[in-house]
Amino acid sequence: MKNTFKSFVIGLLIFLILGPSVNAEDQIKIVGSSTVFPFSTAVAEEFGRKYKYRTPIVESTGSGGGMKLFCSGKGAKHPDITNASRRIKSKEFKKCSKNGIKIIEIKVGYDGIVLANSKKADVFQLTTRDIYLALAERIPANANGSELQDNPHETWQDVNPDLPNIKIEVLGPPPTSGTRDAFVELAMDGGAKSFSALKTLRESSKEGKREFKKIARTIREDGAFVEAGENDNLIIQKLDQNPNAIGIFGFSFLDQNIDKIQGSIVNSAKPTFDNILGGEYPISRSLFFYVKKNHIRMKPSIKEFIKEFTSQSAMGPDGYLIEKGLIPLSKEEYTKYKTAGKELVELEL
Amino acid sequence: MSSNNFKKRHRAEKRFKAYGLISLVTAAIMLIVIIGSMIYKSIPAFTNYTLDLEVNMVSQSLDTDIEEINYRGIVRDSFFSLFPEVQDRSEKRKLSKLISSSAGYSLRDFIIENPTYGNKKFYFSVLFTDDSDLFYKGYVDVYLPEDERRLDNQEIFWLTKLQSRGRVESKISRNLFLNGDSREPEVAGFYGATIGSLITIFVTLVLSFPIGVITAIYLENFAIKNRITDFIEVNINNLAAVPSIIFGLLGLAVFINFFGMPRSVPLVGGLVLSLMTLPTIIITTRSSLQSVPPSIREAALAMGASEMQVVFQHLLPAALPGIFTGAIIGLARAFGESAPLLLIGMVAFIVDIPASINDPATALPVQIYLWADSPERAFVAKTSAATLILIGLLIVINLVAVILRKRYEVKW
Repeated sequence: MKNTFKSFVIGLLIFLILGPSVNAEDQIKIVGSSTVFPFSTAVAEEFGRKYKYRTPIVESTGSGGGMKLFCSGKGAKHPDITNASRRIKSKEFKKCSKNGIKIIEIKVGYDGIVLANSKKADVFQLTTRDIYLALAERIPANANGSELQDNPHETWQDVNPDLPNIKIEVLGPPPTSGTRDAFVELAMDGGAKSFSALKTLRESSKEGKREFKKIARTIREDGAFVEAGENDNLIIQKLDQNPNAIGIFGFSFLDQNIDKIQGSIVNSAKPTFDNILGGEYPISRSLFFYVKKNHIRMKPSIKEFIKEFTSQSAMGPDGYLIEKGLIPLSKEEYTKYKTAGKELVELEL
Repeated sequence: MSSNNFKKRHRAEKRFKAYGLISLVTAAIMLIVIIGSMIYKSIPAFTNYTLDLEVNMVSQSLDTDIEEINYRGIVRDSFFSLFPEVQDRSEKRKLSKLISSSAGYSLRDFIIENPTYGNKKFYFSVLFTDDSDLFYKGYVDVYLPEDERRLDNQEIFWLTKLQSRGRVESKISRNLFLNGDSREPEVAGFYGATIGSLITIFVTLVLSFPIGVITAIYLENFAIKNRITDFIEVNINNLAAVPSIIFGLLGLAVFINFFGMPRSVPLVGGLVLSLMTLPTIIITTRSSLQSVPPSIREAALAMGASEMQVVFQHLLPAALPGIFTGAIIGLARAFGESAPLLLIGMVAFIVDIPASINDPATALPVQIYLWADSPERAFVAKTSAATLILIGLLIVINLVAVILRKRYEVKW
């Protein structure tokens, strides 16, 4: 008994001495958006196999959480790269600059946000106006939108007589998600703008713009919109069981499950690869990653990582990221960001 | 009157027994359904279809550095030679997507290990991609319209042709057991996560067991009972009920932000989890010390033993089975925990297998969570397979608890 006790104490001491020694290495650390995660990890893996460096660590923290970690400082403790499913905000950029961080911005490609339902039901033909009227908390009470009311719509037919007589039931991402940010910005704003009074409000002043955003982007909380968490596979399972429900998620999940679900047509464009690429499908957003230029001297492998990410075989029109569901950049944009990555062009806002 | 009462009591007893049996059967059925569906779903994960591909490396000169050879190109050309009729560039590209992108790398690793094959012609086993693999396993409905499948008619034609030539076989997936995480389902494995979990649990055990037991002994036998010890006791009991994510927040604030420890390492994971298991160990140790009959303690004291001798030579050995059970139950809970690891960066994509407490690592529950969230269909089976492994390891841990308890059990 005494010996066991002694060995425990010795073990503990060895532990406390060896423990806090920081792992000194060259491994790249990446944080950020869960939407970019599948692409970033694919590049990280390829990079680890192709080069002699260790495979980068990729954490999925969400765009906002990633920016917070990224901008909090320089040095081994802080991540080298952050992924984002939206552009860096000026507030975040200022915080980064204040901490002496120099940023390189690389646009990776596009991602469509789809509204999909089960194959067992008919395809929905929606407009952004229908989406706004179905999901906003407050909607116009009259034709031009000068007066507002709490959203009374219960079925899709209430929203638009051409739509089926089915209860509104939408499974979507929670407010912490970048997908939600992009969805409200692209789909709901688009719908709200179709009311002349709201449009005037938006263009009137800064105050008016804020008011407009509040009207357009607040989603109803009476049960018609269900926050289904970040797990998109779960949403797809639920859609399969409930043909009346619509789910909101990224294009790559539609792409992988086309035998079970179908994407709704929005503003008469189907959510297909070509329509998102061509910009006909209205709800698509840009994906980025941001590199800490200050870290490149410490970890030269970052340069190689950028090279791998921006290579034709990854981001190019036939690259392996396209296989994973990424919508590629146009030729001009591709050249622009490839050069930015090569010449380590600093971002200025 | 009294016989009536007797019958009534008998009936009540029978009823109670029936209720007990019903609850037991319900619980058993639920368990069987859950485990059964896991096993059913995980079946496709354990095998992989492979292609016996004739790789031609004869044209390679022996002088070139074997790491510089374009292995991917060699695999692709060898594969194309099976379909000489395909000449169109876009068709070739489509064809090359039937086999796993990992094939070139596994050929490289093979040649580096066996350099004598560097200029020979030989058969090499190449993995299919997840989509082709699912087709061979019968998970692709060929009767669906073409644009509603992941594979189009041309691809299905190629795959069937390959199979009819007898070059395709199903093998136990070694990758699943021997690899770290990967974005390609056919390459991904849970070995890295399992090792990460074991290292983390080792750290937890080494820290929380001695500290917890010593604390409990002190509180139980040496500490003076006053307001301060009462206050500490209330707090320990309270901590045992705190949601685990709170410990993650604490770990982030203290170990990473204040002490500057690295993110994503098992050391920090183990520290956080040991904070979580400490209260459990303290409480169970104290209650098993209390359950040792006072006569033993009094007899030892009467024979002139010191307080220290009483504790270490009499009370502790008698209480050991209870202490082990408590510690192992606490560790088993820590083993299945993922929420506190989220905040300290262990929920991450990590390919390399961790080798020390300072290597970035993830844990099994985290791996399950990451796979469950991946878009590729083949990860569904992987998720279930990893869950089964987690359950299996938990059963092993609990068995150890039972064996230890049996071994040290003392009867009075």
